Amino acid sequence: MDMISIPVVNMTPILPEIVLSVLAMALLLINVFAPGGQKSFLAYISFIGIIVAAVLVGTGWGNHIESFSGSVVLDNFATFFKVTFLVAAGLAVLISDQYMEREGCNHGELYPLILFTVVGMMLMASGTDLMTIFLGLEVMSVSLYVLAGFNRANRKSNEAGLKYFLLGSFSTGFLLYGMALIYGATGTTRLYKIAVIVGQMTLPSANIMLVAGMLLMMTGFAFKIAAAPFHMWTPDVYEGAPTPMTAFMSAGPKAAGFAALLRLFLVALPTLQVEWSQVLWVLAVLTMTVGNITALRQDNIKRILAYSSIAHAGYALVGFAAGNGTGTSGILFYMLSYAFMNIGAFAIVILVAKKGETNGNVMDFAGLGFKRPVLAVVMTIFLFSLAGVPPAAGFIGKFYLFAGAVQKGYIWLAVIGVLNSAASAYYYLRIMVYMYMKEPTEEFEWVHVTAPVALALIIAVAGTVIPGIVPSFILQYAQMAVKLL
Amino acid sequence: MSNVLSLTTFLPILGVLLLLFIPKDSKGVLRNVTLAVTVVTFLVSLIILTGFQANAEFQFAENVPWIAAGPFIMRYNIAVDGISLWLVILTTFIMPIAVLSTYTAVEEKVKEYMICLLLLETGMLGAFISLDLFLFYIFWEVMLIPMYFMIGIWGGKNKIYAAVKFFIYTMVGSLLMLVALIFLYFKGMEAGITDFGLLNFFSLKLDMATQIWLFLAFAFAFAIKVPMFPLHTWLPDAHTEAPTAGSVILAAVLLKMGTYGYVRFAIPLFPDAAHKFAPLIATLAVIGIIYAALVAMVQEDVKKLVAYSSVAHLGFVMLGVFAFNVEGITGGMLQMLNHGISTGALFLIVGFIYERRHTRLITDFGGLSKQMPIFATIFMIVTFSSVGLPGTNGFVGEFLILLGAFESQLRWWTIVATSGVILSAVYMLWVFQRVMFGELDNPKNQKLLDLNAREIAIMVPLLVMIFFMGLYPKPFIDKMDPAIKKLVAQVRVAPVNAQTMPVEAVSQKMPAGYQENGMPPGHPGMETPSASQAAPAVNPHDAK
Repeated sequence: MDMISIPVVNMTPILPEIVLSVLAMALLLINVFAPGGQKSFLAYISFIGIIVAAVLVGTGWGNHIESFSGSVVLDNFATFFKVTFLVAAGLAVLISDQYMEREGCNHGELYPLILFTVVGMMLMASGTDLMTIFLGLEVMSVSLYVLAGFNRANRKSNEAGLKYFLLGSFSTGFLLYGMALIYGATGTTRLYKIAVIVGQMTLPSANIMLVAGMLLMMTGFAFKIAAAPFHMWTPDVYEGAPTPMTAFMSAGPKAAGFAALLRLFLVALPTLQVEWSQVLWVLAVLTMTVGNITALRQDNIKRILAYSSIAHAGYALVGFAAGNGTGTSGILFYMLSYAFMNIGAFAIVILVAKKGETNGNVMDFAGLGFKRPVLAVVMTIFLFSLAGVPPAAGFIGKFYLFAGAVQKGYIWLAVIGVLNSAASAYYYLRIMVYMYMKEPTEEFEWVHVTAPVALALIIAVAGTVIPGIVPSFILQYAQMAVKLL
Repeated sequence: MSNVLSLTTFLPILGVLLLLFIPKDSKGVLRNVTLAVTVVTFLVSLIILTGFQANAEFQFAENVPWIAAGPFIMRYNIAVDGISLWLVILTTFIMPIAVLSTYTAVEEKVKEYMICLLLLETGMLGAFISLDLFLFYIFWEVMLIPMYFMIGIWGGKNKIYAAVKFFIYTMVGSLLMLVALIFLYFKGMEAGITDFGLLNFFSLKLDMATQIWLFLAFAFAFAIKVPMFPLHTWLPDAHTEAPTAGSVILAAVLLKMGTYGYVRFAIPLFPDAAHKFAPLIATLAVIGIIYAALVAMVQEDVKKLVAYSSVAHLGFVMLGVFAFNVEGITGGMLQMLNHGISTGALFLIVGFIYERRHTRLITDFGGLSKQMPIFATIFMIVTFSSVGLPGTNGFVGEFLILLGAFESQLRWWTIVATSGVILSAVYMLWVFQRVMFGELDNPKNQKLLDLNAREIAIMVPLLVMIFFMGLYPKPFIDKMDPAIKKLVAQVRVAPVNAQTMPVEAVSQKMPAGYQENGMPPGHPGMETPSASQAAPAVNPHDAK
């Protein structure tokens, strides 16, 4: 009689995920017994947990370990993205406490949910099987739906949660359908095997099931990374969600979406690169242009940053359309930089906004420059970096993304990209105009910057400025990360 | 002192760090420290000036690795040659003057203002000394930020519009240049070039179509900065709204970035395309000269008038540079310095009366010479310099430009441009007459005080330079001459008609001369470049 053979499972590749999951569950329990109202220590524990996870992730650099019968891999690519997720989560945790306290929704479940989101994102980055990637995506998404609607008393937050959930499920349907079609066309869900089978096809681009599967998967992920024309949910969700969660959503899940997309297309479907890079070309142009042009007309700062985050997904898609080492490593670098600069910018938005987010318009930034010079300078650094002005990480990232396109021969894509960049400067400048060049209409309330928020701002500034001046080491890591993909 | 160039460039940044520790209410200390920093920077830059050997080599070079990732290698690669040397000195020379001019003009947010000034100085110096294309781009963009804030925070009533317009205009141009820069790098990689070093790319043989696109991208970015007609519309706004020190720096140094960009990058990198577009650029330059002069004539605001005169002067510089001969480019380089000094001085003068009367409308003045004799004298000298009266610096530059351009394929353009000299005299002398002479009938003007010691001290160095460069330009020309000769030779190596044939094949076929583009063969004005290269018709040294 045959024994059921249990494969030897190497847990090393998912050690950080295990740590974070266990911590998240423990925090849920601790939360129950925590003294009422005192939830700050949960944030500190989560932050420490995130640092521990980051160290564990970091020690995995240079390894290439497959596990779970090849459905999960630990490689440099996954490691780089995991660091990005942890940066996003760490910063989000640091800026959450003060905000949640002020808005009166400092429930302890927040931190476990953030950690679960990170676990999901990590699985997406290291998944080498359609099912692993999908599971990771769902773990991430379900947590995010809750996080978006976390401020239960706020109607906008409720709306955000519901909208995100409905559209998110809808897009998941696309994704799953696409995966099913790929499985139908190739008979496997392992990315490496898909690559082999597609490589053996005589004319893969004529295989309708395969191409349709590819396009449907792209659609599904386009929702997640908020690429036009699948971006409609973004502004409402970003505006309604609690600001720290908006910050987190704009950086973490977007990076995770790109991680999964990159691995899917570069590992499983490199033979179809001609096809998908054309689609991505169009998608990139649409996303950049729609994001930037709509952002020009916004007054609410969270909406501006929401639309701008659509545009930033577009810049990253430029590098993706190029599909070469320069462009893809540019995506890695850019996603990491974007986590620093965008969450940093949102942190300032949190500080300026009053309870109930009544202070969320650009006009409310009037006079900040000279009333709170340090905050304003910090915000200025983030905004210039977002606009892609050197010397900031945002510029270096954009440089590599557009350079990838030029190297590939997509000169026009790069030109459209830089013109978009110039257009985006307008709305970033507009915020600075209010900060420095307009007189405040009302007195500023002296916002107290708590220690965690200050720490977050210091980390974010360092992560924006230092890679802008000496980007080599991060770029080299990014290059190594995409090399073996 | 091997890194004196870096020291000069980053001293202002050190000054910024110093300023951060000074409380914002001690305005006097802030001003004096900033002044001290800029003066020290100037003194350090004099080490460069005195140590500079009058040859065509790049000197005070520093070259260390900076970024190396993926296909790109960027280096911290800086040096000066005869072309950039004088612009570096001009920058360090103008800065203390600009700082001094703010002592009473800027009363609010002094600390931030001084920080902007010092950041700007580093940006400008860095752009002039960069020999790495990527590094140049970084400095080029960095300059935008402090200037944006200077216009936007301390400017006049339309300051926000002007600041945003300035920023977006420049950014559009420079981002397109960035794409061209990346493209150029990949072209260079195919030819075995391994980093962004500018000098590597000079030997790169690009086909005509590539050159045209790349030249257009570079030329567009620089044309916005110069600014050339029809891209000049940001300039009057920026100048009018900027505070005095901002206008001075904008006119004296920032605009030179554009013309310097042509001389250092666009022309030597893409010589064939530069030749091809020379007639077009000369046409725009000449339109700029005439148009700006006519517009200046009808301005009611003195500052706007000076701003438009800038457009006209820079048109002359462009004409000289695109003559592609030693006289033209020497004239263009000199005119860059002259314009920096005389237009800087004009903006200071406008600043003086604006501080006293808080108006810049010409009709509000009249007869000031009776009340302010020192001011009137200084204004007159600067006016003469601006219109290019012999004996002042303006004459030397304009004369060489017109001479050079007349000898080149641009003869007809030169003839039209010469009328711009007359027009500039018309509007400058007219404004001088309306402000200074006539009845002193406005009671507010009857109480005006003449310049004080500080204001005179600001102007004296400029006046000295006006006469020094006007009467004895030799030391200036001597240091820039070898570099310009090298540039001219470099640009001449490339033949013009290379649409189809590979460049090397063509140059072998036509060793002696070539068809001048844009001119019918046998045209009387045509001259073989080899002849004028061997024996320049007029030695620029005689022009004094």
